Amino acid sequence: MNVATQPEKLTAKDYASDQEVRWCPGCGDYAIVRAMQKTLADLQSPPEKTVFISGIGCAARFPYYMATYGFHTIHGRAAAFATGTKLANPDLDVWVISGDGDALSIGGNHLLHVLRRNVNLQYILFNNEIYGLTKGQYSPTSRVGTRSPSTPLGSVDKPVSATAYALGCGARFIARSVDSLQKHLPEMFARAHAHHGASFVEVFQNCIVYNDGVYDSFTDKSVAADNQLLVEHGKPMLFGKENNKGIRLDPATLKLEVVTLGENGITASDILVHDEKNKLIASLLIEMEQPTFPVALGVLYCDPTTTYEDGVTAQIEQQKTKSGPANLNDLLRSGPTWTVD
Amino acid sequence: MEGTTAIPVKEGQREEIEDVVIRFAGDSGDGIQITGGQFTLTTALAGNDLATFPDFPAEIRAPAGTTFGVSAFQIHFGSRDIKTAGDAPDVLVALNPAALKVNLRDLQPGGLIIADSGAFTDRNLKKAGFTGNPLEDGSLSNYRLITVDISKNTLEAVKPFGLSQKEALRCKNMWTLGLVYWLYDRDRKPTADWLRAKFSERPEIADANIAAVDAGHVFGEASEVSDGGRAYTVAPAEIQPGLYRTVTGIQATAWGLVAGAQSVGLDIFFAGYPITPASAVLHTLARLKQFNVITFQAEDEIAAVCAAIGGSYAGKLGVTASSGPGVALKGEAIGLAISVELPLVILNVQRAGPSTGMPTKTEQSDLYQAVFGRNADSPLAVVAARSPADCFETAIEAARLATKYMTPVMFLTDGYLANASEPWLIPDADTLERTPVNFHTDPDGFHPFLRDEKTLARAWAIPGTPGLMHRIGGIEKSYETGNISYEPENHQKMTDTRRNKILNIANDIPEQTVEVGTEGGKVAVVGWGSTYGPINRAVNVLRNDGLDVSHIHLRHIWPLPRNLGDLLRSYDHVIIPEMNTGQLVTVLRSEYLIDAKGLNKVSGQPFKVTEIVSAVRDHLEAHK
Repeated sequence: MNVATQPEKLTAKDYASDQEVRWCPGCGDYAIVRAMQKTLADLQSPPEKTVFISGIGCAARFPYYMATYGFHTIHGRAAAFATGTKLANPDLDVWVISGDGDALSIGGNHLLHVLRRNVNLQYILFNNEIYGLTKGQYSPTSRVGTRSPSTPLGSVDKPVSATAYALGCGARFIARSVDSLQKHLPEMFARAHAHHGASFVEVFQNCIVYNDGVYDSFTDKSVAADNQLLVEHGKPMLFGKENNKGIRLDPATLKLEVVTLGENGITASDILVHDEKNKLIASLLIEMEQPTFPVALGVLYCDPTTTYEDGVTAQIEQQKTKSGPANLNDLLRSGPTWTVD
Repeated sequence: MEGTTAIPVKEGQREEIEDVVIRFAGDSGDGIQITGGQFTLTTALAGNDLATFPDFPAEIRAPAGTTFGVSAFQIHFGSRDIKTAGDAPDVLVALNPAALKVNLRDLQPGGLIIADSGAFTDRNLKKAGFTGNPLEDGSLSNYRLITVDISKNTLEAVKPFGLSQKEALRCKNMWTLGLVYWLYDRDRKPTADWLRAKFSERPEIADANIAAVDAGHVFGEASEVSDGGRAYTVAPAEIQPGLYRTVTGIQATAWGLVAGAQSVGLDIFFAGYPITPASAVLHTLARLKQFNVITFQAEDEIAAVCAAIGGSYAGKLGVTASSGPGVALKGEAIGLAISVELPLVILNVQRAGPSTGMPTKTEQSDLYQAVFGRNADSPLAVVAARSPADCFETAIEAARLATKYMTPVMFLTDGYLANASEPWLIPDADTLERTPVNFHTDPDGFHPFLRDEKTLARAWAIPGTPGLMHRIGGIEKSYETGNISYEPENHQKMTDTRRNKILNIANDIPEQTVEVGTEGGKVAVVGWGSTYGPINRAVNVLRNDGLDVSHIHLRHIWPLPRNLGDLLRSYDHVIIPEMNTGQLVTVLRSEYLIDAKGLNKVSGQPFKVTEIVSAVRDHLEAHK
C-alpha cells in the first residue's frame, strides 16, 4: 500500500555513520562531531547533498563519522579538493574539516586561496596547538616554549593566529568557539552555514593526550565567565561573572581596553558595541590576548560578498549566450580549412 | 656589398622540387612565429603536406640581438608525405646576425641564406659574437646567399601609411614573408585576409603589412636577388580527400579532451597551474566555456590536481595538465586518486629536465615518472601521442580509460608536439563513439568499492545521489564493504585488485600493429610519442634501400598491448630511439626479457631522420 507520508524529521543521530569512532577517549573531537550532527539536524540538511572533505590528522577522520558524503584526502589539501567539488557541483553543501597542522602548516597556501577566492563552503579548523596523530610534535599554533618530542627544550618559533591569518587572507566570515560549548558551537556552525561565501570557524579543541588543558585559562568553568567574551552583533561587549566588565575602544589610540561598569565613571555607553561587518573591530578582537584581555568567541566578522563559483558559473552562462549552442564540429572547423579532392 | 643582379625568372621557369625545409630565424621581437604560422597556412592551402617546428627561447624578451634571444620556426613541406619538420634546412632566413650565428650549423651544405643586411650592423655583429661581417668576408662561400637590406626596403614600402619608425620596422617580417612567398610560388591572399582580420581596429597597420608582403614579393619578381634568379614550385601532395586544417598539439589536445568528455557524457573540470609548455592547454580550454568546460587556475600544481580530483568526485571529468616538475608535485594526490579509484586525466607536456632543465625544449624523459613515479604500488594507465593531430585521439582514449576503469590516466605529449603543427583531416564529431558513464544510483547492496566483474572498476556514485551516502579516503578500504580496513589479507587483495584492474586494460586496447614493414623480420624500430615522424621517415628510407626494417609505434605505454612481447620477439633486432637515456627500452627489456637496444638523444631537439637511418645501418653493419 502506497501512502504518501511526511518525510520524517532527521535527528542528530541520523547524521551519525555506523563507523566506530576512533579518537582517544576524552578527545574534544567527540564534542565537535556531536555539535555538527546537532547542527545538521537543526538545519535539516539533506544528507545526500552534504559533503565533508578533510585532509590528514586526527580532525581529518571526521568525515568517516558523518552519515553524509565524505572524502578523506591528503595532508593539507582538503581546501583544494573542496574547491574542485564545489565548482563542479555548486548545489552541494561542502564542509572542510582541518586541524592546525593541516590547515596552517602544510595546507597554509590552500587555506589562503580558498578564503580569498571566497568559495561558498564552511572551513572548520580544530585548533589543539599540537600534532596529535603523529604523536605530539609542536604545531604552527603552539605557544613559544612548547615542549614536544621535536622540541624537547621548548619551541622557539612564534605561533600564528588562525583568525588573524584568515582575516589577512580576505575571509568574509570568521567565528570562534570551543569544543565544550555545546550550545554555542552549533550556533557558530549554523551561522557559518548561512553565510554565502567561505566561512572560517576556529574551534579551540582540547587534545587530552598531548596538550591537555592548553585552553583551561579561558575554558575551565571556574574562569570562563571572566576570561571569555562572547560577542554578538549589535550587542555591547560585556563579560565577567557579574557581567560588569566590558571592552572600550580608545578613539585616540584605536586600542581596546578592559573596563568595569561603575568604576572610574564607566557607564554602559562607554562599552564598544559589536559590529560584525566592521573589519577593524574584527582585527582588534582577534588581537585580544590573555591575560590582559578575555578571549573573544562568536562571529567576529561577517561581511558577505560575491562568491567564486557564482562568478565562474556566470561566465560560463555568459559565454553560452554569446556563442550559442556549442558544436564540436564547428569548433574543429573554426579558422582556415581547405578541401582536398 | 650588393649581389649581382640576375636574369628575371619567367613564369614556367620555376624549378619543380619535391620538398623543401625552410627555417625562419630572427630576434624574439621580430615576429618569427607569426611569419612561420602564415607560411604554414599558405602552404597548407596550396595542398602540400607539411610539418612545422617552432623553436623559441624561454626568455620573454631576451635582450635584442643576442644569440639567446633568437626565435626560429622551421617548416618542411612537399609534394610527398611529410612526417617531420626536416633534418636540416635548405633555406635559412636570418633577420639578424645572432639568428645566423645560432642556426648556420644546421643548414644544408650549399643551402640558401636570406639575410637582412640592414641588421648586420657592427653593434649587432658584435653582440652575436662575429668578429667580421660574414655577409662580406667570404666565410659563407659554401652557401648560396641573398643579402637584402630588408629593414630599408620595408621602411620604404610602408612609408605611405604614416607609421612610427618602430611600427614600420615591425613589418619587416612580412616583407621577408613576401620574398619567400615569391621564391616558393605561394599565394599572398590568405595572409592579406589574415592581416585585415587581425588589425581590423587599426586598418593602417594591416595595409602597411600587406604592402610589405607585396613589396617583398615584387622584389623577388623583379629578381633583384643575388641567387641567380632561381625560384621554385612545389606541387600539391597526394593527400586523402576531405576537409583539412592545420592543428597544433595543444589545439588537438584541448579539443580531444572536449571530444573525449562528450563521448563519455561528462563535462570537463580542468585545473592547471601555469607552466611551460603546458599552460597553453589551460588557455585553450578557458575559451571553451560554451562546452560547459570549467577551467580553474589553481594556486599551485598540487592544488590543481587536487581540485581536478575534487571535480571528478563530484561527477565531472577531472583533468589536470603540467610538465615534469609539476607532475612530480602532483604525485601524492595521484596516489590518492589511484586509491579511491576516481577518474582523472593527467596531461604531461614533457620538457627537457631534470628540474627546470630547458623549459621550451623537448624531451620524452618522463616515461619512468608516468609509469612508476609514485610511492607504493600505484598502477595507472599511460598513453602517449605521436603527432600533433594524434593528440586528439589520444585525449579521447585517455578519457575513455579513465572513466571506464575509474583510474587516473597519464597522457604524455611533449614540447615539440605541443607547438608543432601538421595538416589534419578533420574528423566528424558526430561519428565519435559514445559510451556514456552510468553513475551508480541503486542503493540495493551498495558500497563504494562494489566492482564491475569484468573491468574491476568500482561503482561511481556521486555526491547528490540520495541513499548512497558514503565515505572514501586514502586509508586502505575493505574489499567487501569499502570501510577502513587494516586487515593484512585485505591489503594484499586490494593491492592485487588495483594492479589487475590496470593490467586488464590490455584486453581492451587494440593489439599492436606494425606501422611500416612486416610482422617479424630483421629489425624493428620501436618508438613512442613524438619520435614517430623521424622513425617513420627513416624506416621508409631504409626500406627503399632494400633493408628489412619495420616501424612499430606505441600509443599505450601502460599497460602494453597484449601481443607486444610476441611481436617484438619476431624480429632479430629491436632498436628503440628515445629522447631520453633509455626509458622505454628498460621497460620492454624488463617486461619481455628481449635484447632491445636504445638509441638515445637528449639535446632538446627532435631526432633527425639521418640520425636514425645511420644508427640502424651501423647496427646492421655490426651484426652482419
